Amino acid sequence: MAHKIIPIGPYHPLQDEPEFFKLHVDGETVVDIDIELGYNHRLIEKIAESKSFDQVTFLVERICGICSTSHPFAYVNAIDDLLGVTPPERALYIRTVIGELERIHSHLLWLGLAGHFLGYNTVWMWAWRYREPVLDIFERVTGNRQNYAMMKPGGARRDISEEDFPWIKKTLRDLIPKVDMFKGAVMDDPVIHARTEGVGVLTKEDAHDYCVVGPTARASGVGIDVRKDDPYAAYDKVEWKVITREGGDVYSKAVVRILELYESINIIIQCLDKMPKGPIDINIKDIPPGEGIGRHEAPRGEVIHYIMSDGGNSPVRHKIRAPSFMNIASNKKAVIGETISDATIILAAVDPCYCCTERMAVVDYKTGKKLMDGQDLIRLSQEKTERLRGRHNMPPLQ
Amino acid sequence: MIKYLFNYIIFPGFLFTAIIGLAASWIDRKVTARVQWRVGPPWYQPLMDIVKLSIKEITVPRSASKGLFFLSPMIGLSAVTLVSTFIWLINIDPSSKGFSGDIIVILYLLTLPAIAVILGASASGNPLASLGVSREIKLVMAYELPFIISLIVPIIKSHGLLRLSEIISYQTTNGPFVASLSGIIAFIVMIFCMQAKLGFVPFDMAEAETEIMAGTYIEYSGMLLAIFKLTKTMLMVALPLFLITLFWQGFNFLSIWKYVILLVIIILIRNTNPRVRIDQAVRFFWGKMTLMAVVAVILAIGGK
Repeated sequence: MAHKIIPIGPYHPLQDEPEFFKLHVDGETVVDIDIELGYNHRLIEKIAESKSFDQVTFLVERICGICSTSHPFAYVNAIDDLLGVTPPERALYIRTVIGELERIHSHLLWLGLAGHFLGYNTVWMWAWRYREPVLDIFERVTGNRQNYAMMKPGGARRDISEEDFPWIKKTLRDLIPKVDMFKGAVMDDPVIHARTEGVGVLTKEDAHDYCVVGPTARASGVGIDVRKDDPYAAYDKVEWKVITREGGDVYSKAVVRILELYESINIIIQCLDKMPKGPIDINIKDIPPGEGIGRHEAPRGEVIHYIMSDGGNSPVRHKIRAPSFMNIASNKKAVIGETISDATIILAAVDPCYCCTERMAVVDYKTGKKLMDGQDLIRLSQEKTERLRGRHNMPPLQ
Repeated sequence: MIKYLFNYIIFPGFLFTAIIGLAASWIDRKVTARVQWRVGPPWYQPLMDIVKLSIKEITVPRSASKGLFFLSPMIGLSAVTLVSTFIWLINIDPSSKGFSGDIIVILYLLTLPAIAVILGASASGNPLASLGVSREIKLVMAYELPFIISLIVPIIKSHGLLRLSEIISYQTTNGPFVASLSGIIAFIVMIFCMQAKLGFVPFDMAEAETEIMAGTYIEYSGMLLAIFKLTKTMLMVALPLFLITLFWQGFNFLSIWKYVILLVIIILIRNTNPRVRIDQAVRFFWGKMTLMAVVAVILAIGGK
């Protein structure tokens, strides 16, 4: 039987970015889903190869507007790894503070959007209102509400003034009652329970199979978190815990994100208390030949940057793996069998960020047929990496 | 004849109800905005929306069945105009107007706007609209059952009167039905059904913007969309007035506060709930609401 196709995208009120989900439906039930990305490919990796190492920090910041410090964070981690240096203590704390502030504003943003997708516009407006103080902190500390430009290879670009510490702490403590309110609204409201509990379940096995990361994985009982598993910056110097839930449904994902808000506030306040005085930068002059990998737990999950240098001014290879790339595919498991009403909130529950994720597709202009599939592109990419390694006298991978 | 036409088109029919409805719609938007920490639109915004839509081009999809596509907005508008004319007239002068069984006619006419939406959307030939239609049909079937059952309560309590004007005068002498136990239960059920009839959150799944992009209205534009919006706006006047007439002694221009209270209840429900799924809505109306309505009927027979 031919199923009707309900398109979500490429332009749809559900998401702000271009993406295309083809829902094959039988009545209201989704029987299959096609995920088509690639409407917003911007060649970031290629552009990075024409920028100097310092400029790339600003370039990767513009990959995504929401996690605009996660990509630079992973990038500077990669450069530090390539150089084998550890930035000054104070810089590590500053990086941690900025990274966690971003997590707070990103999770609040998601919470609001999730409310909007459920038709609960009051939650939407309220969550975004309480996100404003966090953006105020950013504005006061970094000068910008988004694209903070605080990351720098070998340190931090700007210091956080000691005079601001009490104000930041007070603003964050004021946020806690508001988070309590949202926690109550999600955990106690019977209609929200009815709409989210047991909806779009991603089991622990599926979470493993699809290699999901971040809150999506933690809501399915997979307790992975780069901050804990492979500590960087100041994450091993402060007390905090990884939030996990076993449900795997939309409700668990919401709960994980809300509880992570408390942890982030906790981390920032501890960092501000413990932050030592001293330099914030080691002033890197040259980048020697070599390669480095940097990881960071972005609000959506683990982001990986791979950098290869030939000793010149700019990276010869820059590879980015954004967390949504892993998470979006898991919709295939979570959405099938649910209704269209639930499909929208399930698609949104992984907190997808398409502009981070876009990959290239080679399509014949005349026939509209895809010339290369994923495997071909992976092979091309691997061949190129091997070629580069050969040129710079590195041993082949594998 | 001229008098009837005047009643239908100007006062208290189309024009008058539309003005009240636009004002109510502004109150709704303003209060919603204030609840959500926004500023909200100026008082003439709902009118401007209608005017703007009216001067826009009407696009008709190639796959549409043209006659029905153009006709159905008119069906909905004329039905709701008739209902509001009738209810206003009865309340302004309860002694002379109406006929026996008018309550049943109004019941039918109040279903017509939903039927018009269903017809128009299925005529548009859009897959998302057809999804909206299937949801709207299920919703209509869901809320009509408790709506009709609770409509029996005032009839029983007034000892079998089927004339709205007589129900009002019965209440004027014997006190409003909401003051009794069965009356208040039926009234509450009716409020929820009204929310669904108006297509407001949590029962707006037929036009769920983030799911099926306005669903039933997706192919409508220009004047036709304006008519649908106006129908909904006028329904926001007609339905609460119908409830007040049935349960709350009717109203005159001094008792406008009754209408405002109902409006505030609608707005509050709308702003404190997420959208429910269609199966949950059906379960809600056929389960809890029907049960409550039946209990109200039994209580009414028992004289409570």
